[in-house]
Amino acid sequence: MSALTAQLAGLQVVVPLLGAILSAFIRRGTLAWAWAALVTATTPVIAFALLFQVWTRGTISYHLGGWPPPIGIEYRIDLLNAFVLVLVSLVSTIMMPYARRSVAYEIDGDKQAWFYTMYLLCLTGLLGITITGDAFNAFVFLEISSLSSYVLIAMGRDRRALVASYQYLIVGTIGATFYVIGVGLLYLVTGSLNFADIAARLGEAAGAYPRPVLAGLAFLFVGISLKLALFPLHVWLPNAYAYAPSFATAFLAATATKVAIYLLLRIAFSVYGVALDFGSLHLSTVLYPLSIAAMFIASLLAVYERNLKRMLAYSSVAQIGYITLGIAIANQAGLTGAVVHLFNHALIKGGLFLALGAIVYRTGTIKLDDLGGVGRTMPLTFAAFVIAGLSLMGVPGTAGFISKYYLVVGALDAGKWPVAFLIVASSLIALVYIGRAIEVAYFRPVAEAVAHAKDPPLMMLVPILILALASVYFGIDTELSAGVASRVAEALIGGLK
Amino acid sequence: MLPFAPDTLVIAALIIPLIGALLIPLFHTAPNARESVTLATAAALAFTVWSLLPHILAGGRPEAVDLAVVPGLDIAFKVEPLGLLFALVAATLWLVTSIYSIGYMRGNNEPRQTSFYVCFAVALWATMGIAFAKNLFTLFIFYEVLTLSTYPLVAHKANAVAIRAGRIYLLILIGTSMILLLPAIAWTWVLAGTLDFTPGGILGGKASPLMLGVLLALFAFGIGKAALMPLHFWLPAAMVAPTPVSALLHAVAVVKAGVFTILKVVVYTFGIETLAYSGAGSWLVYVAGFTLIAASLVALRKDNLKARLAYSTVSQLSYVILAAAILTPISAVGAAMHIAAHAVSKITLFFAAGAIYTAAHKTEISELAGIGRRMPWTMGAFAIGAISMIGLPPTAGFLGKWFILSGAMQTGQWLPVAVIVASTLLNAAYFLPIVYTAFFEREPVAHSAGAAAAHHDHGEAPLPIVVALTITAAATVGLFLFPDVALTLAKLMAGV
Repeated sequence: MSALTAQLAGLQVVVPLLGAILSAFIRRGTLAWAWAALVTATTPVIAFALLFQVWTRGTISYHLGGWPPPIGIEYRIDLLNAFVLVLVSLVSTIMMPYARRSVAYEIDGDKQAWFYTMYLLCLTGLLGITITGDAFNAFVFLEISSLSSYVLIAMGRDRRALVASYQYLIVGTIGATFYVIGVGLLYLVTGSLNFADIAARLGEAAGAYPRPVLAGLAFLFVGISLKLALFPLHVWLPNAYAYAPSFATAFLAATATKVAIYLLLRIAFSVYGVALDFGSLHLSTVLYPLSIAAMFIASLLAVYERNLKRMLAYSSVAQIGYITLGIAIANQAGLTGAVVHLFNHALIKGGLFLALGAIVYRTGTIKLDDLGGVGRTMPLTFAAFVIAGLSLMGVPGTAGFISKYYLVVGALDAGKWPVAFLIVASSLIALVYIGRAIEVAYFRPVAEAVAHAKDPPLMMLVPILILALASVYFGIDTELSAGVASRVAEALIGGLK
Repeated sequence: MLPFAPDTLVIAALIIPLIGALLIPLFHTAPNARESVTLATAAALAFTVWSLLPHILAGGRPEAVDLAVVPGLDIAFKVEPLGLLFALVAATLWLVTSIYSIGYMRGNNEPRQTSFYVCFAVALWATMGIAFAKNLFTLFIFYEVLTLSTYPLVAHKANAVAIRAGRIYLLILIGTSMILLLPAIAWTWVLAGTLDFTPGGILGGKASPLMLGVLLALFAFGIGKAALMPLHFWLPAAMVAPTPVSALLHAVAVVKAGVFTILKVVVYTFGIETLAYSGAGSWLVYVAGFTLIAASLVALRKDNLKARLAYSTVSQLSYVILAAAILTPISAVGAAMHIAAHAVSKITLFFAAGAIYTAAHKTEISELAGIGRRMPWTMGAFAIGAISMIGLPPTAGFLGKWFILSGAMQTGQWLPVAVIVASTLLNAAYFLPIVYTAFFEREPVAHSAGAAAAHHDHGEAPLPIVVALTITAAATVGLFLFPDVALTLAKLMAGV
């Protein structure tokens, strides 16, 4: 048993990776789904075990293949990435029961097994980025997750999915290239690829080679920002989310961008922040305007969007703006807000996209104007949509409020009351676009496409309800969300030079 | 003594409406059973809240639930006199309104009655949460729940006007609370380190007069439900809702939640003495006075009965704000009394308006000539409500005004006195003509078949409606004759 415990960190990645390979040999869609669900279900067990170990015994260092770092690849797990591992694996597991019907409905029978293979590969990549302590290894996992997500998106029913996927492929490749250039520069000046090792050597290297060190940060920052869809590098996201299969959209929206944000936090705080004065990096200088622009412009774009999936996609860009704003504020409360919103937004957006997927499953459309009265014919599904939507607005008593509260307090603590004002003001725009969907769903006459719709089968409905209720639960009991986030923020701030 | 411990009663008051909201949809197909659930829930709630009264009068301040959401933000409840008064008014009138709703909703064949009763129960749950909140954060949560649960009621008719009114309702109420009230609460937390309602206030010596003034402004305008001008227009727009909604929610629960919150913030967060000493609250007298007069002037020009009543409500709400802004304990008593008095009187007026709509399908004041002879009970109740609005004895409206005036005179604030006198005249000017038209003008004689159809023969509205409005009209007089309970609670709150 203890031998197994020691290998948990490795298993976190190896299990889904092997699962993906085996899944490629399965022909039948349902069998592939069952296999993928089983594999996915092991990941949160491992992730919780890791979180427990980190919580009780501190940072875990796992040497892949027994090679000690910095020569070998190290999996290094502290509270921050243990938290993200739990988030990614848990949300995926909650979503898996939903996948069967939705994927069977949207994807041809002979391609379903491939879909699950790509899904498991993507999960492997995301968990890998999160768990690894090695900059180049992170790049490899970044590519695994990206390539598989291009395929996932391209499998959408609409032919425009191909264009969306191609667009994402181009942008994503540029992002990956920038990231690897940044890693290369760091390797040149420090001679190491291990995050902790780079951090230890960077201070000295910055004295000798100040410009390559900063240029490296710039490349890393832009590369990761493309992946996390920081405004204005978000252009790939709305199309990708809108045309991907419903399950892929929900999965990617809840996990992929969150992992990219994790990587940004890791490099900004655990690598550069440890070695150099955080203020001299000017990350906040760049992130403040871009985050605020995202919060307002992307939200306004969501208001003018009639396709519900695209509307929520723009909303995601806006919500990512809140997270990066918390990073820009860079104090205890602000970072807590960023990390807790990472968590809350994954639940909220996951729930919202699943609800939309159920609507597609029953009505075949996602255009707001065709969905009059859907709230009455699909009462539970749309009730979940409303609850998650309220959380998105940040109504007190919901998870979204907790995020916003920490961000506002962070901004006030930093003496930036206009920023605090902008946070509350921008959340009103969410009221407009969510409110409009509610209006159509409840107060318009029942539309033709909706007339014979009803709530989806339980396998789909239960994950939707779990995520919607979770986005209320974590507004009242915040031990696991804000409690952990606050300790993460403490560790990140405490590590700064 | 009573069989239940006071903290059990507090929890019961917070659970009963929710249980009702969950049970009502189960009887979707059996309207009689469904309405029985509503009535039973309302009765149980009223009984529970009244059972709390002896405990509060005996000096008890029962508490329930203490749930720390994040450090500094607690969900907690504590019953104090003002909150109990508000809860008593809301819970009792819910019972009466439930009787009324049955007659109204069926009489008018309104659609989606199940969701109507569910939202109503949730709104009452939120009202109890507001009344019993121990701190600003808890109050804020239920304040938002109240807005969200009443939005479907405003948009109930689902036509273009109703949907537009719903938008205005949400945008103004959520908007002001997010942009102004939330920062005000956060700022209070930063200044005082607590959000608990404490007798004497928590901000004494914590902020400069200027900061106090700005903070008070954030509160006064952030609490959009108090309908202070220029943020009042959601209220007339919300009149598109079915009349029971306008009656209980937009004359009692929602708007009273607004002025209740302002009064509570002034008394328990700022502290009357802190505000009076710093002079930070003096501007509020002008804004409230302006709203009072301006809304009355608008009401004077409205021919639509519900619109006139709505502007009258805007005006009457500012009595409470004005009373709070006078900043003497005795005027605070007047404010609390006016919350109760205006509740029973205005609900009577709305009940009457709804009765006229149900029986005669009339909405404009100019159509009401002679209707007093066809509907004597309804218009008699209306007359009592109108007298109370003007503030004449023997009605409840007199009491509130009396205390507000004495507070203003004691401290030599002549502007509020002048405003109240002027508004009394205005109230008379826009209410008495309705009574006159109804009783003393002749019903126009039908010349053609069309006109005859328009003036179809009608008598009183359905019985539940008449019963309900008779009860509230009697309560309007009763509160004047037996003001003890309300007055004692108000005095306990103000500490006089």
